[in-house]
Amino acid sequence: MKYIKLLFTTGVTLIFLAISTMASAELVFPSLSYRTGPYAPNGIQFADGYEDYFTLLNERDGGIGGEPIKVIECETGYNTEKGVECYESTKGQGALVYQPLSTGITYQLIPKVTADDIPMHSMGYGRTSAANGKVFSHVFNYPGTYWDAASIIIKYVSDQEGGDLNGKKIALVYHNSAYGKEPIRTLEELSKKHGYELVLLAVDHPGQEQKSQWLQIRRDRPDYVLMWGWGVMNQVAIQEAANIRYPMDKFIGVWWSASENDVLPAGDSANGYKAIAMHGVGDDFPIYEDMRKHVLDAGKAAGDGSNLGTVLYNRGMYAAMLAAEAAKTAQEIHDTRALTPSQMRDGMEALKIDQARMAELGLPNFGPEINVTCENHGGPGLGAIQQWDAGAKQWSLITDFTGADREIVDALIMEDSDAYAAENNITPRDCG
Amino acid sequence: MFYRESGDFKTSYRADQQTFPLKLDRWVVWLFIAFAFLVVPFLINDYWEKSVLLPVLVWSMAALGLNILTGYCGQVSLGTGGFMAVGAYASYKLTTAMPELNLFIVIILSGGITAMVGVLFGLPSLRIKGFYLAVATLASQFFLVWLFNKVPWFYNYSASGQITAPERTILGVIVSGPNAPPWATYLFCLTLVVILAIVARNLTRGRIGRSWMAIRDMDIAAEIIGVPPLAAKLSAFAVSSFYVGVAGAMFFMIYLGAAEPTEAFGIDKSFLVLFMIIIGGLGSIVGSFIGATFLILLPVLLKNILVGGFGWPTDLVAHLILMIIGGLIMFFLIVEPHGLTQLWRITKEKLRLWPFPH
Repeated sequence: MKYIKLLFTTGVTLIFLAISTMASAELVFPSLSYRTGPYAPNGIQFADGYEDYFTLLNERDGGIGGEPIKVIECETGYNTEKGVECYESTKGQGALVYQPLSTGITYQLIPKVTADDIPMHSMGYGRTSAANGKVFSHVFNYPGTYWDAASIIIKYVSDQEGGDLNGKKIALVYHNSAYGKEPIRTLEELSKKHGYELVLLAVDHPGQEQKSQWLQIRRDRPDYVLMWGWGVMNQVAIQEAANIRYPMDKFIGVWWSASENDVLPAGDSANGYKAIAMHGVGDDFPIYEDMRKHVLDAGKAAGDGSNLGTVLYNRGMYAAMLAAEAAKTAQEIHDTRALTPSQMRDGMEALKIDQARMAELGLPNFGPEINVTCENHGGPGLGAIQQWDAGAKQWSLITDFTGADREIVDALIMEDSDAYAAENNITPRDCG
Repeated sequence: MFYRESGDFKTSYRADQQTFPLKLDRWVVWLFIAFAFLVVPFLINDYWEKSVLLPVLVWSMAALGLNILTGYCGQVSLGTGGFMAVGAYASYKLTTAMPELNLFIVIILSGGITAMVGVLFGLPSLRIKGFYLAVATLASQFFLVWLFNKVPWFYNYSASGQITAPERTILGVIVSGPNAPPWATYLFCLTLVVILAIVARNLTRGRIGRSWMAIRDMDIAAEIIGVPPLAAKLSAFAVSSFYVGVAGAMFFMIYLGAAEPTEAFGIDKSFLVLFMIIIGGLGSIVGSFIGATFLILLPVLLKNILVGGFGWPTDLVAHLILMIIGGLIMFFLIVEPHGLTQLWRITKEKLRLWPFPH
């Protein structure tokens, strides 16, 4: 009987929620965040940035195009089942776009969002071949993909070695999940082209145990070590690399292994660690004045406000900014203030952001120009290399934003998306 | 008063030995099943399907499987997650190799494959017992997950190592994949669970079930009176793995739709199922359902009340849920070490005697 009573309470709560959301015409942005578990150190910063940017828009501009924004937060713990629960519980509330910040959850939701006609933005994560908009109509991963990142890192490594990687040994330390396995195909293709030897070292979830992997690195002495890690795995890997005295400037992470809390625990020995970046670093942008004035000092920050200007806070803010700009584009296309998820999708597909617009938003030269099209949901695919200065405790960009080896990456994207289309009986859209 | 036995006369052994000897009990169960089959499909929506009903059905099935092995036969297993993975990958390989094969058959076959794997890993149980067996099954958990990660054949050489459930229909209705209507997936799982639960109930009442219980209660004595430990233990492993495999196949094909071994079938899943049967009640079919419902629905319920109702921060609630559930588990185990099903039994007993308890 107890269960029936409890279930009844849930039912009433849900109905109440459904009614209360129906009454308001707001732009709803769900935030599937994780503030608990082994990935929380990274998840918190991103979630704070994501939420704070929308708060800023509400406080300063009264929302997007005069329409107030509502952020619904739902805790996933980086767990796919909870992610599905969060998706199902928020989609009925008018959710415009999903950003799950987890490759596993992204894979889970790709078929679902397509069936429910809700767009999903997996910014620099998720399924790389979703860049092919002809097959993946509702999934976007601009401004860059894992395969772009892998290719740019190899290009950088090759530049360091004077353009010749023949006979070199490159190791990949990766999270043993869909996320970590993503770059392997590209790195294999690139190794055929450049003639380096690829060593694969998998680290199991959550990544606290890496002794044997680093022992192998100590024995094999690869010329470079790349890392596809997330959460606590990053900190442990950098500490282990320091322990075996692996040269930090030959240790390069993807943009998810590139935040302050990954390098800080290793202290001075993390000095020189490199990673690829998809956007600018630091808090030296005009938007932070507004952010401090309207959000932080007004006591409306999502977190404790200590994360401003960190890499992942910036990325959360960037994700929110791209979503807000897409919503604005959608409002212009459909000449309406209130949006449906389907209209939001059209806005994302027509999204154009140039440097002038970035400067207007208070983020001059923060990221590359973005021009999403029906065929290309993967954006420009640019990246730069950033390096950690342990003395000053800050990241700095050491190269310009460069592009990936399009010849290899695009061929792989076509191959993988075609396989997906065949497996799921999808006829690629005609993009005209 | 409520449970009256007077006037409920049995005239045959068959009637006396049936699962629900009381008329009222039978009525309640039939009404409940009728409600689940005839009313719920009309009320169900995506949220109730994906967040409440399907998880409860899938985990009930897994708990049922483990309860046969641990609750009825007394063999502790920590390999449930690994066996669920076998079921999931078997269904994936079968349905991608033979797309025209009926999904119902695919899921039953996956259960069969898991049963074979289960027997293989059950072999050590003939020599080792108790905690040592738990460690041996733990090895199977890690080995199976490692295997599905390592050998690309299992995930059809996909770039990310993920498996995705393709769209399949039964009688023209889509039951797997993103376009499946909630009522179809629900009815599909419900049918499987109800049929297999009835089978399990009758297995445990019959000769095989009695041999399992004999082994559980004292294996040497059982052997002396003529219960073959080899057949009893291995059949328990086979039947249990069959149920767990079916649960794994349902978990992947119907409920999640995509999975990767490390996350979806990790060691925490093995513990989750073990906790379900301990809290629900070892050696009880109803207990498997109660335990699964308790551990799956309580977090969802608390989340809806605390975040949705009170508007508390999500991280605070996530931690609170862990504490509340942990506390409740301890509370129930102290108050009633035989699980929630024992509480239910006592309630029934009290109702039967009410209002004259002496």
